[in-house]
Amino acid sequence: MITVQDVTKSFGNFKALDDVSLEVEDGSLTALLGPSGSGKSTLLRIIAGLEMPDAGEVVVGGRLATHLPARKRDIGFVFQHYAAFKHMTVFENVAFGMRIRKRPKDEVTGRVDELLELVGLGGLAGRRPSQLSGGQRQRMALARALAVQPRVLLLDEPFGALDSGVRADLRAWLRRLHDEIHVTTVLVTHDQEEAMEVADRLVVLNEGRIEQEGTPRELYEAPANDFVMGFLGPVSHVGGHLVRPHDLILSDHPAEGAEEAMVGRVLHLGFEVRVELTLHGGEEVTAQITRAEADGLELSPGDIVWVRDPATAGAVAAPPASA
Amino acid sequence: MVVERRHRIELRVAALGYLAVLLMIPVGLVFYRTFEHGIGAVIDSVSTPAAVSAFWLTIEAAAIAVTANAVFGVATALVLVRTTLPGRRLLNALIDLPFAVSPVVIGLALVALYGRTGWFGPWLTDHGVRILFSVPGIVLATVFVSLPFVVREVAPVLREIGDDQEQAASTLGATGWQAFWRITLPAIRWGLAYGIVLSVARAIGEFGAVSFVSGKIAGETQTLTILVEQRYTNFDVAGAYAASAVLALIALTTLLAMTTLSKRRTLS
Repeated sequence: MITVQDVTKSFGNFKALDDVSLEVEDGSLTALLGPSGSGKSTLLRIIAGLEMPDAGEVVVGGRLATHLPARKRDIGFVFQHYAAFKHMTVFENVAFGMRIRKRPKDEVTGRVDELLELVGLGGLAGRRPSQLSGGQRQRMALARALAVQPRVLLLDEPFGALDSGVRADLRAWLRRLHDEIHVTTVLVTHDQEEAMEVADRLVVLNEGRIEQEGTPRELYEAPANDFVMGFLGPVSHVGGHLVRPHDLILSDHPAEGAEEAMVGRVLHLGFEVRVELTLHGGEEVTAQITRAEADGLELSPGDIVWVRDPATAGAVAAPPASA
Repeated sequence: MVVERRHRIELRVAALGYLAVLLMIPVGLVFYRTFEHGIGAVIDSVSTPAAVSAFWLTIEAAAIAVTANAVFGVATALVLVRTTLPGRRLLNALIDLPFAVSPVVIGLALVALYGRTGWFGPWLTDHGVRILFSVPGIVLATVFVSLPFVVREVAPVLREIGDDQEQAASTLGATGWQAFWRITLPAIRWGLAYGIVLSVARAIGEFGAVSFVSGKIAGETQTLTILVEQRYTNFDVAGAYAASAVLALIALTTLLAMTTLSKRRTLS
């Protein structure tokens, strides 16, 4: 388990973390999610011992770690830009931590081979990092971090430098790997889709504070505030509220609590249709409806429709059959 | 910048002509003059006890100075790039002092410190330590003039590789010392080697500062450059050419090493 207690950290005048407390359960995969400058990477680096907090405590695996250097914390760390040891082979990279610990040669060879198989780099032990693709380098970095059997695995934007295709493959692979080896993992990302796909728990940070934490579903369905709601998915602004575009209801006649809007572009995205609307006051709003609904409304640019948010528009009137 | 083909050729001719007039012809002439009366005389001239002693003193002073500057240079580069020490800017400016100050001034400063009436001179003489007119003085002068090269070559490499690899090593259990030997040093090795070669070239060619502190005692405190000067002023022109040729040969060897290293440095 990782416990972070009242941690504060400043860089000059910039307050990166402001009295942050967090608990990460054993065996979980937690994502620290937030925009750049939110303090998520700083928090991860403080857990790792790569930064020291100005105030507060860090406990890793039941041991007070606040003043321990990184090398004594029993952690595995994976960097955004791989931090591959360029002058070493893949084998030597993965063996590094065990050789530092002076493990017997047979054990090192056995474990490195096993890990390279696990991360799918079985035949590449003799290569240099420069001969690997980005995805392969990051898997090597992961094997290197796992070689020392860390209590916790810390990943700092691990897929941030990869192409989107490789990225999607690698995060699905990371999720399967975690289900296999169950090492307590904390992942930092600014990509909400990545966080929701990979993690059991999300911690949303903004301006050095934790805005909300919970399962992906809890956060998506019951965001604590506008920031969390806006960060976890697309939002539209209707009647002074934030609402998900797919929750908006469009009709071709006035209804209670509905606002008048003019249809702009209508985008057909397969099953769904995205409708860009301009409200009476001039605000731009996006609504997402099904193709059947769109066909029923016969939307075309310039049409006037009425848009409402069922959560705030009071009692939902049964829509009368359209003529 | 796009340069027309015709202008490119003109530029090339101009650059080569400049090099030829200022560098290749003079150096070539030294070799020509050296060997114009046959190789026997040259071998005799460079194997006199004074010449052999000057050769080894030059190598010795360069070896000590370059070793000291390699260690100091790497340490200083680490301080400049990897720490946020308050005096970093000042240190950074001071490193270049030997580039800016004439070697003669450096020689004079050493006399002011270690001479008979200098700050440390009397105390050191009382304790039987001789700096001026002996090997330590020559080494000190050589250290000073060749000081910036390793720092200036290693610091940019350190900056470029960043500290990710060192941090990764520390999360894997390495102490700072282990991370230095296993990660940092291998990563900067070509930059360091290039800095060392530059230092060697500078150290071997040093004349101004060394001539102040050496005392120029033949067979004892004469370096190769001083030997050339002394032979010339004593009307042994052929001997001066022979000693120069030895210096030029060492220089060509370092040049060759530099070319090879700079290729590796850009490749890695």
